[in-house]
Amino acid sequence: MAEHHDIDTVTGTATTGHAWDGIKELNTPLPRWWVICFYLTILWAIGYWIVYPAWPLISSNTGGLLGYSTRASLAVELSDLEKIRGDKMAVLATASLADIEKDPALLALARARGKTVFGDNCAACHGSGATGAKGFPNLNDDDWLWGGTLEQIEQTIRYGARSGNAKAHEGQMLAFGKDGVLKRDEIVAVANYVRSLSGLPTRQGYDAAAGAKIFAENCVACHGDNAKGNPELGAPNLTDQIWLYGSDEVTLIETITNGRAGVMPAWEGRLDPVTIKAMAVYVHSLGGGK
Amino acid sequence: MNQTVKPEDLEPVDTYDPLYAAHKKVYPQSISGTFRRIKWGLMAVCLGIYYFLPFVRWNRGLDAPDQAVLIDFPNRRFYFFFIELWPQEVYYFTGLLIIAAVALFLMNAIGGRIWCGYLCPQTVWTDLFYAVERLVEGDRRERMRRDASGGGLTLRRATEIGLKHTIWLMIAWWTGGAWVLYFSDAPTLVKDLATFQAPVVAYVWIAMLTATTYTLAGHMREQVCVYMCPWPRIQAALTDEWALNVTYRYDRGEQRTSVKKAAELRALGQTAGDCVDCRQCIAVCPTGIDIRDGAQLDCIQCGLCIDACDAVMTKIGRPTRLIGYDNDINIHRREAGKPPIYRLVRARTVAYAAIIAVVGGFMVYTLATRSLLDVNVLHDRNPIAVKLSDGSIRNAYTARVLNKHGFGRLIAIDIEGPANATIHVVGVDSVTPDRPMIVVGRDQTEELRLLVTAPAASNPEKSVPVTFHITDIGLGVVASATDNFVSP
Repeated sequence: MAEHHDIDTVTGTATTGHAWDGIKELNTPLPRWWVICFYLTILWAIGYWIVYPAWPLISSNTGGLLGYSTRASLAVELSDLEKIRGDKMAVLATASLADIEKDPALLALARARGKTVFGDNCAACHGSGATGAKGFPNLNDDDWLWGGTLEQIEQTIRYGARSGNAKAHEGQMLAFGKDGVLKRDEIVAVANYVRSLSGLPTRQGYDAAAGAKIFAENCVACHGDNAKGNPELGAPNLTDQIWLYGSDEVTLIETITNGRAGVMPAWEGRLDPVTIKAMAVYVHSLGGGK
Repeated sequence: MNQTVKPEDLEPVDTYDPLYAAHKKVYPQSISGTFRRIKWGLMAVCLGIYYFLPFVRWNRGLDAPDQAVLIDFPNRRFYFFFIELWPQEVYYFTGLLIIAAVALFLMNAIGGRIWCGYLCPQTVWTDLFYAVERLVEGDRRERMRRDASGGGLTLRRATEIGLKHTIWLMIAWWTGGAWVLYFSDAPTLVKDLATFQAPVVAYVWIAMLTATTYTLAGHMREQVCVYMCPWPRIQAALTDEWALNVTYRYDRGEQRTSVKKAAELRALGQTAGDCVDCRQCIAVCPTGIDIRDGAQLDCIQCGLCIDACDAVMTKIGRPTRLIGYDNDINIHRREAGKPPIYRLVRARTVAYAAIIAVVGGFMVYTLATRSLLDVNVLHDRNPIAVKLSDGSIRNAYTARVLNKHGFGRLIAIDIEGPANATIHVVGVDSVTPDRPMIVVGRDQTEELRLLVTAPAASNPEKSVPVTFHITDIGLGVVASATDNFVSP
């Protein structure tokens, strides 16, 4: 290069030859320890490439001598976790549902497990507080479509409702209007009759006798003579204050006209039996369990 | 073109004064006397407590740890003889810290740096390390002579150095070892440590404290007091003219002169200073200062110079305590020929003592009257209220019942609040459904899920207070907690 690489008089260090407004840039050499560390990091990187996965190839990557992978490492950690939980979960697996609920330690364990899994799997429909929504039952109350004992809850979680599983709960609310079974004015009459069963106000001048007759002919098969419902068929109690889809006249007319058939997935196969057990205890302990 | 200069020919552009003085090695000489005996005694007491306290046993009954002083982190308990503290009672430590700080101020108001000179771990361990050094490598003069001559590394010398550091490291290791014993059952942990079964964290802590003890007491010594410790600075700001400090009596000591010259002067009826400038006070000083320069930051006021001076004064037949505990006021009074005065009861000593008494009294009172049964209640956030099929309203709560007693207790739960409300504890089939009863194990927290149901008609308001009374059936003790009962 053409520039003069002279020595700065004050520091005794070589300059780069660049000068701006008379100010020269020093070419201070790096400290030796720094340079050594730098080369060591390069050596370290080469060693790292050899023993750990490093370079991407067309369809995979260089595996490294150690055969390490984050996925395998995660699998080991998860299995270690299962081992730590093993003893307790083994007790959960063998204890009956009622015994779990009576033992404070097992109840706490099942509730903790159940709550976590509920958040991951059930909260999407039932809500994080299990309060449900229109069409998705509130699991805190004491009204159960398919029964609220520990065994019934476990059964429902395991096989679901109208889920396609062979053991799933079946039975649905027919579409009386769409299928032409009942006419418009008949539907209005029976809807008002149903409202009267739980003490709700009815439309003035509706035909109560006709409503009762239509109910007796079409509805008692599932909902029962006294309209108290039937958990075998998932038919709700029509005399209480809990309404899955709503109790106003319009909603009832809609329900009777188009029918209802909400789906609860089967969790067997997706969750292990111990987890389903824990979840049943958790849901039962929310307060509404029978 | 610039003139080129070789780096070694350059003049430094600027000179810097170092921020601190270069370390001067201190060779404290051995000494015997009153204050040395006090220091040995306090060292034995302090180290004895520290090293052996974890092995003291205290019977708390079956299933409870029998270690007198134990910080049980995994189970979140702190045991101190008959006291057992739970994490939520950690404020007692705040009280202890306040008392410790004010006690330090009180010591300072009475006798200056008593803490520094006799009780501070840095002083105690450094003192011990100095003793080891003297034992292995010889006293002051021997070591000074050897260091001055440069001395070759003979086999004997190498053995000495090796032995000294080995003993230092043993003491340091024991220091770290004793520390971890406060956090686990000591005999078991000792066995586990010896058989390499102990948790890694125990070894890590021992290693760390071994390193700090060895470094601070073996190598940094007085540098810690002079450069690192904030207390000398705070102490200087807190002290007053009545505080007793290790002081050289100028009125008696000056003019310094030799024994012979002083005798001649006195024979002629003239006055002579008692200080014979033997420099023994400097020789024994663990921080290497001259007390005759007056009170100074480096002086930890350990009183060893008093012992050294007393020994010399006795030998030359002059009154002792040329160096002694005295206050600032007396320095001037003595110079003016007035008798010394002392005042222990002053506004600040009374105030400090009062603070200690009040805080200590409050702690003892709260500790003596604290409830060993407690309950906390938390309302469910989601959902806050549930409507049941018959129209009644239910609220759910999580209750934590704390039994701090060393035995299990049968408790009953009553509620007071919404009219005609009933209570149910999830998982409990009580024989008395209206008043659920449960057993809470010894030294345990029982978490309960409480369901309170009120008929719809009885609850016109959106939110009414509900109080949970937890009654110990056996002792009749009641603990209560209040929350709200909400309607949707």
